[in-house]
Amino acid sequence: MSPILFELLLRSIWETVLMTAASGLISLVFGLPLGLALIATERGGIAESLWVNRSLGAVINGFRSVPFIILLVALIPVTRLIVGTSIGTWAAIVPLSIAATPYYARIAEVSLREVDRGLIEAARAMGGNRWTIIREVLVPEALPGIVAGFTVTLVTLIGASAMAGAIGAGGLGDLAIRYGYQRFETSIMIAVVIVLIILVCGIQWAGDRLVARLDRRG
Amino acid sequence: MNQHITASGDTTDPTRARPDASQDVVRLVDLNRRFGVTAALDGISLTVRKGEILGIIGRSGAGKSTLIRCLNGLERPDSGEVFIEGREISRLGERDLQPLRRRIGMIFQHFNLLSAKTVEDNVALPLKIEGRPKAERLKRAAELLDLVGLSEKAKAYPASLSGGQKQRVGIARALAARPALLLSDEATSALDPETTRSILALLRDINRQLGLTILLITHEMEVIRSIADRVAVIDAGRIVEEGPVWSVFADPRSDITRSLLGAIRPQLPAELAARLLPGAGAETILRVDVAGEAASGPLLSDLATAVPGTFRLVHGGIDHIQQQPVGTLFLSVPGSDANHLADIITFLKARQARVEVLGHVADPV
Repeated sequence: MSPILFELLLRSIWETVLMTAASGLISLVFGLPLGLALIATERGGIAESLWVNRSLGAVINGFRSVPFIILLVALIPVTRLIVGTSIGTWAAIVPLSIAATPYYARIAEVSLREVDRGLIEAARAMGGNRWTIIREVLVPEALPGIVAGFTVTLVTLIGASAMAGAIGAGGLGDLAIRYGYQRFETSIMIAVVIVLIILVCGIQWAGDRLVARLDRRG
Repeated sequence: MNQHITASGDTTDPTRARPDASQDVVRLVDLNRRFGVTAALDGISLTVRKGEILGIIGRSGAGKSTLIRCLNGLERPDSGEVFIEGREISRLGERDLQPLRRRIGMIFQHFNLLSAKTVEDNVALPLKIEGRPKAERLKRAAELLDLVGLSEKAKAYPASLSGGQKQRVGIARALAARPALLLSDEATSALDPETTRSILALLRDINRQLGLTILLITHEMEVIRSIADRVAVIDAGRIVEEGPVWSVFADPRSDITRSLLGAIRPQLPAELAARLLPGAGAETILRVDVAGEAASGPLLSDLATAVPGTFRLVHGGIDHIQQQPVGTLFLSVPGSDANHLADIITFLKARQARVEVLGHVADPV
């Protein structure tokens, strides 16, 4: 592999890591509260409001049902509004985040729903308000699942970021298509695949370790 | 409702004004709650006095859980009034209920400890909710863990504790905010008999040492027998019987109470019961229920002296409930002499015993 290609590989790794990390973080920041909102507003929840629950659910389902490559293009006006441009790595972070947030909200919702209702009742019986229940019961008790779900979201984002090349965002997927596939640079293709495997395994390993440390239920 | 007269002669009817009504921690007046067509609470009126342990017993589905949840506003009655320390709470909003709930500790069948928090953080949680500083919370948690005998587990997580230890943590947590009332929701139902005894002993100690009023619900008469001062029997959302524990045990008035008592009261041995005939037979089997003086005096030897002829003790015994002797004896009276039998029954009744002719057996054991 020539030094120029190697440099390209390094830059692509950085672009993929940046896209995954930034949109992962954003999906965590918005997805977890969304998941909490879904749980809180459902029937028998701590802030039951069925119409809010159904509206949120519909919006989330809407975003989740659009294929990412379509979302990437359809969101161009929104992207331009937020980052000022519709091409490049930062421009890809907007659609990636918007796709990952509802995805992560659903994953967080599942973990939060598994929290024993008896614990919520105990917190209410102690005189806790909704905020107490979220802070002391729901989030800490669901934390292993919240972290495990975040790991899954990050891995999914690595895959989705490969499509970001369509709007000039670069990244490993883009490198593999343009050099590995279109220019028959087999070494680049192999290198990209190896790097992706290492990235995915690394994220999964770190996520699993964190979950094991957090999980006190065993 | 079957009212048992208390020692002082006043009844437990909460609608009747009592001079010490200000001592009532809980007063429920005509509580009703329906779920669909079934009435979970059907006109419940009840009083819990300061410093007492009131046990509410009933089968599952009798309305116990709904009742206990009305006391801290986790459940709202359709109608009726709930007074906690003199204040009506059944129509308070969630925000007004929150400070009130801090006056009421609650323990649960499945402990409901937070798995992500250490034992001491679980115990300190009610104080954190109250907004107390961390140093104070940890000091209080240490005191309470000492009280329940789990000081060395302060830094452990609940998953590493046994069921009995978990409930001790639950009790410590319920006491953290110095409540005026402790609600116990089937707190020993998930525990083995030995652990149940130690948890009940702990609750008894807390009741005596701290003067804490306790309201517990259970489906086990053994729990009532061990620690309650008064008992209310609930069935299909109604209180069918209420009174001091020893008096209800000695003289159960309703079928449901008798059936709940069945497991812990002496029963005619099944082998003998199977051979009982309604008509005449060689021997007559009597059931004799005694309490108080009748149970503490030399009843059987007096009977032997007063009434000539023989009888046999087939089964039974005397138990002590709240320091009161309460017992059931099964006697077998031989012969077909109706006068002999009548004399025995008359004598026993004169001694305040309740006598029931169960039937006859052709062939004594």
